[in-house]
Amino acid sequence: MTDPKIPTTTPRQSATFTQDVNSDIRRAAATGIYDIRGGGAKRKLPSFDDLLFMGASISRYPLEGYREKCETSVTIGGLHAENPIELDIPITIAGMSFGALSGPAKEALGRGASMAGTSTTTGDGGMTPEERGHSDKLVYQYLPSRYGMNPDDLRKADAIEIVVGQGAKPGGGGMLLGQKISDRVAHMRNLPKGIDQRSACRHPDWTGPDDLEIKILELREITGWKVPIYVKVAGARPYYDVTLAIKAGADAVVLDGMQGGTAATQDVFIEHVGQPTLAIIRPAVQALQDLGMHRKVQLILSGGIRSGADVAKAMALGADAVSIGSAALIALGDNDPKYEAEYNALGTTAGAYDDWHEGRDPAGITTQDPELMARFDPIEGGRRLKNYLKVMTLEAQTIARACGKNHLHNLEPEDLVALTMEAAAMAKIPLAGTDWYPGKPGTGF
Amino acid sequence: MQTIDLSEIGLREMNKMLHSQADQTNQTAWEIINPKGAHAIACGLNAPIEVTVKGSTGYYCAGMNQHATVNIHGSAGPGTGENIMSGKIVIDGDASQYLGATGHGGLIVVKGNASSRCGISMKGVNIVVQGNIGHMSAFMGQSGNLVVCGDAGDALGDSCYEARFFVRGSVKSLGADCEKKEMRAEHIEILQGLLNEAGFDADPSEFTRYGSARTLYNFDVDNAGAY
Repeated sequence: MTDPKIPTTTPRQSATFTQDVNSDIRRAAATGIYDIRGGGAKRKLPSFDDLLFMGASISRYPLEGYREKCETSVTIGGLHAENPIELDIPITIAGMSFGALSGPAKEALGRGASMAGTSTTTGDGGMTPEERGHSDKLVYQYLPSRYGMNPDDLRKADAIEIVVGQGAKPGGGGMLLGQKISDRVAHMRNLPKGIDQRSACRHPDWTGPDDLEIKILELREITGWKVPIYVKVAGARPYYDVTLAIKAGADAVVLDGMQGGTAATQDVFIEHVGQPTLAIIRPAVQALQDLGMHRKVQLILSGGIRSGADVAKAMALGADAVSIGSAALIALGDNDPKYEAEYNALGTTAGAYDDWHEGRDPAGITTQDPELMARFDPIEGGRRLKNYLKVMTLEAQTIARACGKNHLHNLEPEDLVALTMEAAAMAKIPLAGTDWYPGKPGTGF
Repeated sequence: MQTIDLSEIGLREMNKMLHSQADQTNQTAWEIINPKGAHAIACGLNAPIEVTVKGSTGYYCAGMNQHATVNIHGSAGPGTGENIMSGKIVIDGDASQYLGATGHGGLIVVKGNASSRCGISMKGVNIVVQGNIGHMSAFMGQSGNLVVCGDAGDALGDSCYEARFFVRGSVKSLGADCEKKEMRAEHIEILQGLLNEAGFDADPSEFTRYGSARTLYNFDVDNAGAY
């Protein structure tokens, strides 16, 4: 019995063994299996939120928002391809597979991207006719698994993206668990229905940069040197990876930070492997500049891009375009609070739902269940995505005009300041109120 | 017979010429001379033509082949016939690694030996090798048949799905989840058909069939040690 005269200490939670950590331990102890989930890194990371634009002043004058133009177009792949991709806006839709997403969700991505004047991208599992039909500009991912890979689809693509890595899991393959393997998915992937489908972590017929150069040659020969060839790498060693991709002959490099999503992989992989998007862009741009290829080989940055501010910051740091995946799914209706009761029934809450691999998505997007899929209207989804892309573009233009830029590509690092030491060091942007960042040449720190 | 001297016209012009052949072309027989180990020779063909390469080839010869027959009068480099969809590739000499990788259909015949990762991730292609094959062959093989008249190296059929492997000689070791299987009448028939198509005189009853034990089809933590 506690003596009421002796004061008790308040219960103290451990900063090491948090409730989250403890729940992970209990789940592991109960199941004997690691946690698998979708999405990107959820931990707090230095990000574009740690940068600010300074705007115009006496030394820089702004452009009038409603009268003076601020261009947003971008051409991707003009270095080697006969038909480079011309986009109205520098925000593309990242590769997401049919299989991970429903057919109608893929259709909506195509519709929305086309209405906004940008491209969408296939994913593991091949190209569906709906996706091709609804996408004005479709990038065909060439992945290690080669599920559904065929030269007829390759020739229908507007660009080819050789996927080497993904920000959520640099060095990791994918998996599509049996519950999402419908008859159609199984047929496209040439595997029995209901089994777990493992996507390889590296390509079956090439290893290393010298082989990659020959692989790019083969793909160009098969497609008659008509379409651009992108190389997608995770934010692992951006300076070297971008250098090697350029030397191998890539027309564009897609660089994906650890906030970039995946359909499913181990939580430990998502949270502990890779680098934040903010940290990978400057080394990548440096690689392009060192080879004299900046603005000739396009850099497409992805991984946690959410708003026009993120777009503008990525471009100010040297990207030619960005790519969105998770944000596009939210625009379609993923994790919408209107399904809160159903998320609760799945043991989660709107905004936190990430068990996309289980195929029980209440929003009908990351599922192959016919009843759940029927909840999702691809026409309305496409309209919502178009709206979102337009808003992001307007936001980026607003910032660019305020910085006196008549094209988003004219944004530059000198327009930015950093709010934290970490962001300053990673982005090589001066800490606000100073002209210094950690690691600045000649400053001795 | 149309003869193309690769050393004179270059890879792009040669492949362009072959790609421009339509389904109904009358120019069905082509000969490529002076290949000198060049990469991407005759890749992406999509017509019922017959191309004979007089010499050895580099990477990805006849890659993604559809409908065409490609004969290589020499040895073939890595990734020959990768992702083949249909048609036939015949290699007189040896084949390097990744032969027929991810092939979805068609037939690849090797009169010599094939190196490591032969038929890796095969998805329907049939591969018949008169000699031996190297290690990790048919890794993650999904479907199709791999016939080996000689011996197979280490880790045959590792993590395979529904692909079938017929080996006449020894298998140095089987990969994870690959096991010896009963040779039933339907398998003898499949094997005999493939041997006939390849033009190899071998007795199907001398072969052993291998395939997936299907224990790794759905993840189970108790199988973690198998990987």
